Formats: sequence, C-alpha cells, structure tokens
Amino acid sequence: MTSIPAGRFIRFTLLSLGALMILAPYIFMISTAGKTQSDIFTSSLSLMPEHFYFAENFAKALNKVPMATLLWNGVVVCGLIFFFQVLVAIPCAYAMAKLKFRAARLMMVLVMLGLLVPIHATALPLYVAFDRMSLLNSYTSLVAPFTISVFAIFMFLQFFRAMPDDLIHAARLDGMSELGIVARVIVPNAWPAVTAFAIFSVVAHWNDLYWPLIVVSKQAYATPPLGLMYFRAAEAGDDYGALMAATLIITLPLVVAFLFAQKRFVEGITMTGLKG
Amino acid sequence: MSALSLRGLNKSFGGNAVLNGVSIDVEAGEFIALVGPSGCGKSTLLRILAGLDHADSGEIFVGGKDMSAVAAADRNIAMVFQSYALYPHLTAGQNIAVPLAMKRLSRTQRLPLVGSVLPGQKEIRTGISRDVREMATVLKIDHLLDRKPGQMSGGQRQRVALARAMVRHPSIFLMDEPLSNLDANLRVHARGEIVELHRRAGVPTLYVTHDQAEALSMADRVAVMIGGNLLQLAAPETIYNDPAHIQVARFVGQPRINIIPALAENGRVSFEGIRLALLEKVANGPVSLGIRPEFVKLSPSGRSGLGGRIERLEFLGSEVIAHCRLDATGDIVIAKLAPHEARNLIAGMPVGVFLSPEEAMVFGPEGRRLRTASAAPARQEPAYV
Repeated sequence: MTSIPAGRFIRFTLLSLGALMILAPYIFMISTAGKTQSDIFTSSLSLMPEHFYFAENFAKALNKVPMATLLWNGVVVCGLIFFFQVLVAIPCAYAMAKLKFRAARLMMVLVMLGLLVPIHATALPLYVAFDRMSLLNSYTSLVAPFTISVFAIFMFLQFFRAMPDDLIHAARLDGMSELGIVARVIVPNAWPAVTAFAIFSVVAHWNDLYWPLIVVSKQAYATPPLGLMYFRAAEAGDDYGALMAATLIITLPLVVAFLFAQKRFVEGITMTGLKG
Repeated sequence: MSALSLRGLNKSFGGNAVLNGVSIDVEAGEFIALVGPSGCGKSTLLRILAGLDHADSGEIFVGGKDMSAVAAADRNIAMVFQSYALYPHLTAGQNIAVPLAMKRLSRTQRLPLVGSVLPGQKEIRTGISRDVREMATVLKIDHLLDRKPGQMSGGQRQRVALARAMVRHPSIFLMDEPLSNLDANLRVHARGEIVELHRRAGVPTLYVTHDQAEALSMADRVAVMIGGNLLQLAAPETIYNDPAHIQVARFVGQPRINIIPALAENGRVSFEGIRLALLEKVANGPVSLGIRPEFVKLSPSGRSGLGGRIERLEFLGSEVIAHCRLDATGDIVIAKLAPHEARNLIAGMPVGVFLSPEEAMVFGPEGRRLRTASAAPARQEPAYV
C-alpha cells in the first residue's frame, strides 16, 4: 500500500476540518429535523435522534404553513428580480464598458456609491413610498427595490471590459445597432457572467428575510424565510423539530440546484469565458 | 474620381497627435498597403475610415460621397481584423451570414420568433445561405461551415473572417494585419491568396501591416506612415529605390540602409572620397548619406577603398551580411554580399570598403531627401570583384 505524502495528508485534514466546521450547523439542522420535542430539549448533545421523527416533523412543517405557496412565492420573486436585474444591468454595463460618453466617469462613481449603500439605509423611504402607493403586500413591493443591482452592473462591467473591442467593431460594421450588439453579440457571450451573477442574486433573495418582513404581512405573499417566522408565532411555543424540517425544505431547492449546476457555477465564477 | 479619398485627417489622443494631416487617394481596384512601425497611427486611420472612430478634422470620400456623417454600418466598408473578431457563439456559416442578414432582412424579420412567420423571410434566408455557401466554396471553407470559431485553426478562422467581409460585396475592403496571427509558412501562402482574391473581386483595398515584406510584395502602392505622418505613397519599387525621407529609407529594406553622417559644402556633399553634387540649394552643414547594403562592396586586401575592419559576418544562405567598422569615422557599415564574394572574409580582418556613389542618397538634416546630380564624379572607381 502506498503511503499518502505528509503534505497532502495535512492539507486534506485541514480542508476536512474547515468543511466540517462550516457544515456543522446544517448537519445539526438535519439531525434536529428528525428529533422529537423531548429529544431536542435533553441536556445531552447527540447527533443521532433517539426516535426517528422525520416523517412527523415534515408532516407538521407542511401542514402548519402553506409550504407550496411559500416556495412558489420564492420562485416568482427570485425569478422576477433576477430577470429585471439582468435586463437592466447588461445594457448599462455594456454602455459603460464599451461606449465613450461624457458621463461615463460620473456613472462609474454612482455605481461605486451604489455599492456602498445598503438596503437598510433606504428601507424606510421605500416602505413609505410603497405604503402611499398601496403596494405593500404585493410582488411589486418585493421585487421593485432590487431590479437595479449595482452589483450586477459592476460584475458585468468587469466581464464586458475583457471582451475584445474588435468583436464589437465587427458587429457595427456588419450593420448592427447598439441594441442589436447587446442582444446578438453581448448576451450570447455573457452566459458565464450571467450564471455567476445568478448564484449571487438567487441565493441572496431566496434567503432574504429583512425586506419581505418589512413589506409583507399577509401569508399569501410570504417568501420562504418569512414563512419560517410563522413557526415562532405558534401558540404552543416554538416547535424546533418542525421548524428545522421546514428549513430543510426551503434550503433544498438551492442545494439541489447548486449540485446540478456545480460545474457551470465554478466556470462562471472563475469567468473562463470568451476565447477566440 | 477615386474610389476612396482621405483629405487631411488629423487625430490626437490627449494632446498626442496620432494622425498628422494624412491624405490618401485609392483608385478603383487598387491594393494599397499601409505600413509603418507599431503605434504609427495606421490602425487608427483604418478605424476612422471604417467609422468606428472620429477624426478631429479632415474628410473621407467614398466614391465621391462625403462619409463624415455616415454611420459605420452604412458606409459599406468591410474590415478584416487582426484577431478576426468572429462571433464565438456562432458557427462559421452563421458568422458569414450575419452581414447579409443585417442588410437583407428587415428589423421585424430578424426577430427570433415573430420573424420566422413573416412572409418573404424564408426566400431571403435561402438566398443568404446560398451566397454564404458560394463564398465559402471560393475560400475553400465549405466543409467548415458548421464549426464554431473555437474549433478552427488560425488559418481557417482567417478565411472565415475574409469570407464574412467579402460576402456582402463592400465598396472598400480594409484589412488590419490579418496575417500577423498566422505562422510564417502559412503567412507567405495566405499573402498570395489575398492578392489573388483581390484581383478577382477588384474591390479597392487598404491593407495595414507592420511587415514590410508583406507590404512590398502584395501592394500596388505602399504608403509608409511613421509617427502619424504619411511620409511617402508610391509603388513598392519607388519606396525601396527612391525613398523620399530618411525614415522611409530606414524602415524599408532588410538589412537596414547604411546611414553615414556627411557634410554639405557649397552645393556638394562629400564623404571620404565620395562627392555628390546637390541639385537644390542647401545650407552648409551636416547631412546624411544613405546607401543600401547591396551597394557596399568589400575588398579583402584592405589596401584600396575606405579602411575598415569586419566586426561580424552573418551567413544567411543565399547571402552574407558583413558588419564593418570604418577606421576613419568609427561608423558601422553593413554590406550584403553574395556567398562567393564573402568566401575570403573572416571576422576581425581588415578590409577595403567601397561605397557606390551613384547609388548613394542624400538626406537633409530634417530627414527630407535631397536630389543629387546622377553619377557625380568620384575619385575612386568601385572595384567589383
């Protein structure tokens, strides 16, 4: 039997420890989802549930809140946000990366400033505005504040700058308008950047609790994390088993999506995109 | 009326003059090579011509029509880029079809779903794919039409780029160093092909290159640009044999022309026994004497001619390049010899250097060519071996 080189062994151990540390809460969540209420509140800490209570907890999670509605809302809100973000950011980033105009510098400064302002700073005025327009408890109020993502603009900007100028020159000589260039040349070649951005956007908005908590009070428009709040409001105290089961359900789509598209995501993040 | 004429184009970037009043007239069916060291403004000129950039001042006429206010797309100018600039997400066939689709299909007919049900677009699309196939056959790339640029070699991509530019029958053809990304063998081969294609299509062509061999071998006329100035525009033979400026003489020719400092005195230029009578009035003072290496002869005896010493010999097969240092002035003179002339030469030996006075060119202090009376009296007879 060949022995593993010491360096590799140390590296492997360190990585495993790191991975374990990061995965620990998730593992604990899975284990809790399978425990009875009494198991959870015992003083001893054990990973394996004494009685397997998964089915009961999941049943409770699905019954107590309208899980289908929550997931559907999550999909609709994340989908709409992502769609509009890309729709706005791609032409904007293209203009800033490849067109020469006088306000280019000013725009760059504004984008950088935009990156610095968190949603919490603008939450109150936005809330008041939506209230005045009677748009609280609607998809509009959940989606609208995020349709212009400076982060997306910034990310696409970096990506488009790396695109060869000649490609755009060739497109212009071939008779394309600027919008034509965006639609026919930029977008088809921007998939790596779009996928990379998709992870950031979907993960952020699927998991977002802050904003839905502010603008949504009706269950019909609740997103998955907001739905979890209804467990806490339960009359008979907190039911952690069911809560963890519900958490497992709502994190599952992201985990599955990531596992399926893992290769593309990594590609997207490393941005090995365009080659001749 | 010229097919294309540029009048006094000026362009500067941040106070740096990149183009200095450049004027060129391209006649119908002509092939002009624009040559110059990198950064001399030749690519900028091409971009301005194509409408991708704007000149600070100057005019562009294509077929007598002023193009200054016409957008790039409407100038009917095609360009082949150094990087080929093929659309990476489209196959070769789709790449070649793009300019035709943009020209022949209306805006609504080009829409992805709606377009396909509109009347008339099917016929146009069939016409386009027929023309694409035809063009591909001419360039012998018809077997590559379904491949993406990433799956093709450099030479193949270059042909696809040529096909995309030629398929729409442009009124002017611009090429920006289209061969510089090919390996040496392929480059020589592609040179011949481009000349052949140009002859067949007869589209006036402006070909930018930094490779003088490409320029001299391909073009009807060569334009030499250095530092944003168009120094000379003439036939390749004239550029080589009769350069108008010292920088042209220096840039064209391999090995480089010998430039020797000399003195102008009372309408005569003299250097170590060479006397040339100037045809124009020039103030007394330093001038430069240029003589091509093939007109420098060496005599191994060292007793006749200018005294010198061979510093280095380069054997290149069909010729031998000898670097000699003149004893009198310390200048290096390069001689290009036939192998049999160099048979008795070894590095380090003293030699007699003969400069043919009738082949010498005189350049003024600012670099302008000064005309001399032909066959000025020479004290020494050039001794040909």
